[in-house]
Amino acid sequence: MHVSDLALNDFRSYPEVVLAIPPGITAFVGPNGQGKTNLVESIGYLASFSSHRVASDAPLVRQGAQRAVVRARAQLGERARIVEIEINAGSANRARLDRAPVARVREAAGIVRSVVFAPEDLALVKGDPDVRRRYLDDLLVQRTPRIAAVRADYERVLRQRTSLLKSAGALRSGRRSRTAAPPAPPPDPDGPTGSEPTDGRSGALRTLDVWDAQLAAAGARLIAARVELVRLLRPLAAAAYAQVSSAQGDLELGYRASVAQARPDDAPDEAPPGGCEEELLAVDLVEARLLEAMSRLRPKELERGVCLVGPHRDDLELVLGGLPVKGYASHGESWSVALALRLASFDLLRDDDGWSGGDPVLILDDVFAELDARRRTRLAALVAPAEQVLLTAAVAEDVPEELDGARFDVMGGEVTRVR
Amino acid sequence: MSAAYEGAVADLIAELGRLPGVGPKSAQRIAFHILSTDSDDVARLADALIQVKARVRFCAICGNVAESEQCRICADPRRNDTQICVVEEPRDVVAIERTREFRGRYHVLGGAINPIDGVGPDDLRIRELMTRLASGVVTEVIIATDPNVEGEATAAYLSRLLGSMGVAVTRLASGLPVGGDLEYADEITLGRAFEGRVRLDA
Ligand SMILES: Nc1ncnc2c1ncn2[C@@H]1O[C@H](COP(=O)(O)OP(=O)(O)O)[C@@H](O)[C@H]1O
Ligand SMILES: [Mg+2]
Ligand SMILES: [Zn+2]
Repeated sequence: MHVSDLALNDFRSYPEVVLAIPPGITAFVGPNGQGKTNLVESIGYLASFSSHRVASDAPLVRQGAQRAVVRARAQLGERARIVEIEINAGSANRARLDRAPVARVREAAGIVRSVVFAPEDLALVKGDPDVRRRYLDDLLVQRTPRIAAVRADYERVLRQRTSLLKSAGALRSGRRSRTAAPPAPPPDPDGPTGSEPTDGRSGALRTLDVWDAQLAAAGARLIAARVELVRLLRPLAAAAYAQVSSAQGDLELGYRASVAQARPDDAPDEAPPGGCEEELLAVDLVEARLLEAMSRLRPKELERGVCLVGPHRDDLELVLGGLPVKGYASHGESWSVALALRLASFDLLRDDDGWSGGDPVLILDDVFAELDARRRTRLAALVAPAEQVLLTAAVAEDVPEELDGARFDVMGGEVTRVR
Repeated sequence: MSAAYEGAVADLIAELGRLPGVGPKSAQRIAFHILSTDSDDVARLADALIQVKARVRFCAICGNVAESEQCRICADPRRNDTQICVVEEPRDVVAIERTREFRGRYHVLGGAINPIDGVGPDDLRIRELMTRLASGVVTEVIIATDPNVEGEATAAYLSRLLGSMGVAVTRLASGLPVGGDLEYADEITLGRAFEGRVRLDA
């Protein structure tokens, strides 16, 4: 697929811009801070209605404006579709598909598929687990917009439960220090009963069981979806790694689940690493495991005021030639792994069941300046055949020869086609 | 923002800004609208505000808004005493009444369990609900809390609490927009959700 037309209103630094973009390769060139990333970010936003740079929508609305509008005409094979999203600073976003309003914003998500390569991608390898979780979750939402609801519910439950643990924990430790009594025994696993009198102080704790159940239900679905995704990505990432790097050693992906690691010491036969992956696909089983782990960890969770188990504590494992990438791989190898993860997303999104749009839009935001000559050449050759490649660079020399194509100059908010 | 205005105007902007959903910009806009409005119209608005506080209170039985000791629904002898529909807010009663699907009684909790906002079960009218159930007349409790995380948590908590009391506990069927507010569901969807309610305690 490709985006043939793009119109922005009050998006980031742009009061208004309208562009016709050709299929094939297009470079946006201009000095830093002129709005190149802002431009490609708007196209990336249409994929999952989230930005690759920020977690919240607020920075996307131009300073001083109330709402931003991104409108794109996408060519999917023979079919043209028009996606329009209004990003509101204060209230819920609104979307239109082919000029008709949709009941739920996410019905318009995933029409424009894209994969964004950015300098921040190195954090996929070197950063904390939250970066890798976000990589998986954003890809999930792009493939199955429905999963966005599960993810949002999970995050909400997590915040509520954490808040409850903090206040209940504070009450508990306050009571303990006043009376010097031993820690309270774990609450009755059967939960609250009708005859139990309501007592203000234990009020908070009585609802913890309910939040445990909510966390387990949403958490198990999110875990299963991520594990399924990792299984699909695994061969694609390994193949992509072999193509971008000349180095020896295979890239191996794994899903490290906090629920699998939180098993009691006396759990039967320690499963081999990755061996329990199959089990993580069974939502009911994972839900039960999460509940079991939370009841076991409850004293610790109350003491620390954090949720210790669930998909928010999981990680995407990256292993190169048997060694974890983080901490072992060289800078160049780390870049190869990061590129391999993005290339794997591209392959996955392109060949998805039920998707007939062909190649996702490939966005390369300022990445070539980060790479050494060999990786540059290899990456350029790998992406060049895609139906549409949008790249940004500060100077024309940063655009690899293999990616010669149309060119826009971006300067002071003006976007001008020069070639 | 209101610091830029003086005296009465600043006070009005500040008061308006405390209303739900009204930010500083809207508060300013409403204030200047009022300034340019006919005195009679403004007097009617002021009177409506004073009257609502003077006349309207909360029903002693169900917690719905009422103009006397009991609300219109609790006072209506034709309503079915064996069913109680539990909702978060009085506005949810209005939404369900619009569907004409339900002829029983209501119980308004006054919110949902929400640890972030410091709302626990003891801050809701749950004890009053238990008292109403004690007489044994009620045979079904329909939980119609909002279809979002907090509403679900409240429903789950109530169903555990009521499980041992010998009443059937049901929840509105799914199909309501997830993550939303009950009051925004359209009549047909909400009506269907009522017909297709499911047992929670079975
Ligand atoms: N919400 C916003 N409102 C106004 N300006 C913004 C907003 N967000 C970013 N900018 C401006 O956009 C510029 C950065 O644009 P960017 O696309 O990142 O530049 P580059 O061309 O280097 O990729 C900065 O000057 C920044 O101040
Ligand atoms: Mg940039
Ligand atoms: Zn009443």
